[in-house]
Amino acid sequence: MLRYLAGRLVTSVGILLGVTLITFMLTFLIPADPVAMIAGRNSTAETRAVIRQQLGLDRPMPVQYADYVGRLARGDFGRSFARKTDVGDLIWSRLPATLLLMLGAIIAELAIGIPAGIYAATRRGSRSDKAVMTLSFVGVSAPQFVVGLSLLYVFAYMLGWFPLGGYGTLWHLVLPAVTMGIAGGGWYSRMMRSSMVDVLRQDYIRTARAKGVPEWRVVMKHAARNAVLPIIAMIGLDVGIFMSGAVVVESVFGWPGIGQLLWQAIQTIDIPIIMGVTTVAAGFIILGNLLADLVAPLIDPRIRLG
Amino acid sequence: MKRAFLGAAAAVLLALGGPALAEEPKQGGAVVVTFNNDLTTLDPQVGYDWQNWSVIKAMFDGLMDYKPGTTELVPDLAESFTLSDDGMTYTFKLRDGVKFHNGRVMIAADVKWSIERAVNPATLSPGASYFSAIEGYEDMAGGKAKELAGVTASDDKTVVITLARPDATFLHVLALNFALTVPKEAVEAAGADWGKKPVGTGAFEFVEWLPGQQLVLERNKDHYKPGVPFLDKVTFLFGLDPTVAVLKLKNGEVDILGDGIPPAQFTEAMSDPANKDLIAAGDQLQTGYVTMNVTMPPFDNLKVRQAVNMAINKDRIVKIINNRAVTASQPLPPAMPGYNTENKGFAFDPDGAKKLLAEAGMADGFTTEIYAMNVDPNPRIAQAIQQDLAAVGIKAEIKSVAQAEVIAAGGTGKVPMIWSGGMAWIADFPDPAGFFYPILGCGGAVDGGWNWARYCNKALDDRAAKADSMVKSDQADARTQAWKAIFDDVSKDAPWVPVFNEKRFTYHSARLGGDPSLYTDPIHIPVNYDYIFAKDAQ
Amino acid sequence: MADLWRRFSKDWAAVLGLILVGLMGLAAIGAPLLAPFDPNEQFLDGLTVEGSPLPPSSRFWFGTDTLGRDQLSRVLHGAGTSLLIGVLANGVAVLIGTLMGVTAGYLKGYVGAAIMRFTDLMMAFPALLLGIALAAILKPSLLIVALVIALVNWVQIARVVYTETLALSEREYIEAARALGARPSRILLRHLLPHLLPTVLIYGTLGIATTVLFEATLSFLGVGVQPPTPSWGKMIFESQSYFLTAPWLVFIPGAAILLVALGFTLVGDGLRDALDPTQRGRR
Repeated sequence: MLRYLAGRLVTSVGILLGVTLITFMLTFLIPADPVAMIAGRNSTAETRAVIRQQLGLDRPMPVQYADYVGRLARGDFGRSFARKTDVGDLIWSRLPATLLLMLGAIIAELAIGIPAGIYAATRRGSRSDKAVMTLSFVGVSAPQFVVGLSLLYVFAYMLGWFPLGGYGTLWHLVLPAVTMGIAGGGWYSRMMRSSMVDVLRQDYIRTARAKGVPEWRVVMKHAARNAVLPIIAMIGLDVGIFMSGAVVVESVFGWPGIGQLLWQAIQTIDIPIIMGVTTVAAGFIILGNLLADLVAPLIDPRIRLG
Repeated sequence: MKRAFLGAAAAVLLALGGPALAEEPKQGGAVVVTFNNDLTTLDPQVGYDWQNWSVIKAMFDGLMDYKPGTTELVPDLAESFTLSDDGMTYTFKLRDGVKFHNGRVMIAADVKWSIERAVNPATLSPGASYFSAIEGYEDMAGGKAKELAGVTASDDKTVVITLARPDATFLHVLALNFALTVPKEAVEAAGADWGKKPVGTGAFEFVEWLPGQQLVLERNKDHYKPGVPFLDKVTFLFGLDPTVAVLKLKNGEVDILGDGIPPAQFTEAMSDPANKDLIAAGDQLQTGYVTMNVTMPPFDNLKVRQAVNMAINKDRIVKIINNRAVTASQPLPPAMPGYNTENKGFAFDPDGAKKLLAEAGMADGFTTEIYAMNVDPNPRIAQAIQQDLAAVGIKAEIKSVAQAEVIAAGGTGKVPMIWSGGMAWIADFPDPAGFFYPILGCGGAVDGGWNWARYCNKALDDRAAKADSMVKSDQADARTQAWKAIFDDVSKDAPWVPVFNEKRFTYHSARLGGDPSLYTDPIHIPVNYDYIFAKDAQ
Repeated sequence: MADLWRRFSKDWAAVLGLILVGLMGLAAIGAPLLAPFDPNEQFLDGLTVEGSPLPPSSRFWFGTDTLGRDQLSRVLHGAGTSLLIGVLANGVAVLIGTLMGVTAGYLKGYVGAAIMRFTDLMMAFPALLLGIALAAILKPSLLIVALVIALVNWVQIARVVYTETLALSEREYIEAARALGARPSRILLRHLLPHLLPTVLIYGTLGIATTVLFEATLSFLGVGVQPPTPSWGKMIFESQSYFLTAPWLVFIPGAAILLVALGFTLVGDGLRDALDPTQRGRR
């Protein structure tokens, strides 16, 4: 177990390095000149040359990359081109909001998806099964902007139950988390249903039923526990996706997360921010998948790591 | 003969109290302003986008400023100034009793250091080039000198600025954010974080900035202008989608929509009689234009450029953006000195356009490319242009990409057409010169420059330089006439299609007062926070 | 085969799905004939005086968009792009992801670890940037969008399939098959894939909706087909802020996406049931 973990950690560093290298090279392929953005429209060619030199952008790409990785190793993410501030600060100041929303969204999608999936699986083929599954489609297909704005309009603007966007209390978290939970719940419910259906056909379930174990106990204890495996893998994925992928929800609710930071940086080709967010997000993606792999044997002891 | 100019805040206040202003300004109260995007920086020498522009102005002052809600230049930190007979030396007398928010008295050395900070290459200021007329600029910008030889603080109250060449726009330059005065010790103490914890002399002082969430400013009680500002507190909320911001305003939670009214809600908001006094409308110093690269065939042919000008239905484009603009006839916006009311531009005439194309040997039309920034409404405007061009046989492919990519593409000089909307969006100062050099002059027609039409007319550049050497007040009219003639000639060469001049609509809550011009201030965009007030202040 | 069709056609839901998919396919192919107007024509009277889009009417059945174009014609013409991206590109991604996941989960060891670490790398990889870079070097096109989508989507399904395969391969019947000397390919095809089919179907169908919307993001950044070419994702993306004032701009393309995804799911479920002998009579 420890050896496995150590091996995974070592490869993780390698993956992180790989991601930074690829991202760095890609930023060179993008047809935008950060110097032109910084220098503004009244600048002369000389000013632009001075700025280029000040930022070290006149050096060859490998030198710039080596410099970047060297500083990254010391925890220095560099400075934003547009904001001039420390990229590490920008990311760390937004990380709590991102993690909170991630947690809220995962709880919401599980709370919506798992019960719906189990319910549909136990009533397979019935009308209620079809209804649940159709709803899951609506949830997944509905654009998040529309879902978020509808929730805000009804529950915050008309009814006044929740704040109209913003960040601060747990109360602020509910609507954005539910918005993301509706889409995620759609995925989870379908996944849970099909996984349950498969498990419920297993011999040991039949045995349990034959032994006279109450149906709810068969479903909840024997079946659901094993059916939840693919869900674990999906949560691991969501950890990575939600790191920088909650742009729309962040924007609708005014949630100060990392997604908006990255989105604005992509628009303005603020390379240090793009690099920084990609690196941090990569860390969380690797971590999420590692956790998912570690949890799997706890749920199904027959799974061996390695 | 020396010319003296006396300015007083009292005069400014009087000017505001017109008959439209039924209510007396009150002291106190707080307002909340929403923005979709977080601010980038509060460093006056660095900030150069429309969003941070007015926030920085609320916290800092410079030698010069404009009368609130207008484009009329007045001294600010300077009490008065004189200009030498040769037009090369400005002497500014500073106002008494101006203190930084940290309590220190502002002196002439601060003014000098701040201007030098903008020129210093280590600052990475996008505004450095504005100061190029100052003696010693090249040495400092090139890293050879630590100071500007042309700027001296002869005593604590006197700043003398010597120019290397006459520059009629120089007083405007001193009113730009890049020239605003900062305290050296605070800048150096904050180091790289200076942009996040500003200290100025302005009407408001910085309290806190939570990135992505909010920025809080409070009234500077020691402000040298008596009674300014009226508000005790201004809070900027960041990250909210404009659509949600409208709901918040209707709910009474916020007071001003910093991003303006979203297109989807515009018609509804304008048609609601309850909003009659809540939406201020005003002109902007802005022209939305299409550049045609005059170095690339077929746009090197004047007839083709004229044809394109005649092919585009500007009225329809204005309608697409909910009539939030007026059609443009020439590069300069109507509020700009030098605007020629007689120049009606090209009328919409597709048949005439086809005829011109035929004369140019392009009867069958041609295929070309038009770049546009990807943020609404720019792709829509590009599509409207595309349809108009198709009607006369020109097949234009749209490239709708991020702002940075459009700017980079324009800088290469290899792009036939660019729709400027969302980028070169507004004049830096209310003077025709600012509309010429970077975007129509030879200096900008280089790699990495902003003259995307690559229009370079040496004769016009010379005439522009001559106009800008007319620095005397009695030459002002002659200079304006000279600029008018320059832009008439630009219009004749038609490197652009001037499409429209945007108007600004600012939606605010009923509890706010102040002249509508303060909410559409052409300089303090979008709002002049120093002079608006809360009617319900206690 | 005839047997399969007989079983399939008895399933009314599956038939309904087939009809839906057929209709959408028809729209994609027959758009030029079916559409009442040119999808890119901006009607002078297609906007109100204030410049707002028109609601559905007898002339414009689905209303007009923010440029005064006929929404019905745009939905029809957008079907091709959207189906290509949502069904084909996503389908390829699901196929790759399934093969990678099942291989890694069944073989384990170094091969499995290598595959899974590769998926980690691909997941952390900034696909948006790659899209922008590719569009700049080559030329914005649907192909680049499809490529980026395939690149992004396969990793997710690979992870889920991997975890499921890990659990499945420990089940008694797989152990038994292995003990009896069955070839790995046979175990893969006969014993693993049928159990993975539901998961594959979920990603293949629900993925349609998310992928179509992702295409809009990529197009916004200048990677995909440029305006005025319509796609359902872009139609939603560009007008979603209008949904309180002009809901037809969002709901109509949204409904189209929903119906396609639903249609494919119904067909998929029907096929699975028809193919799987153990399912007979169980419903």
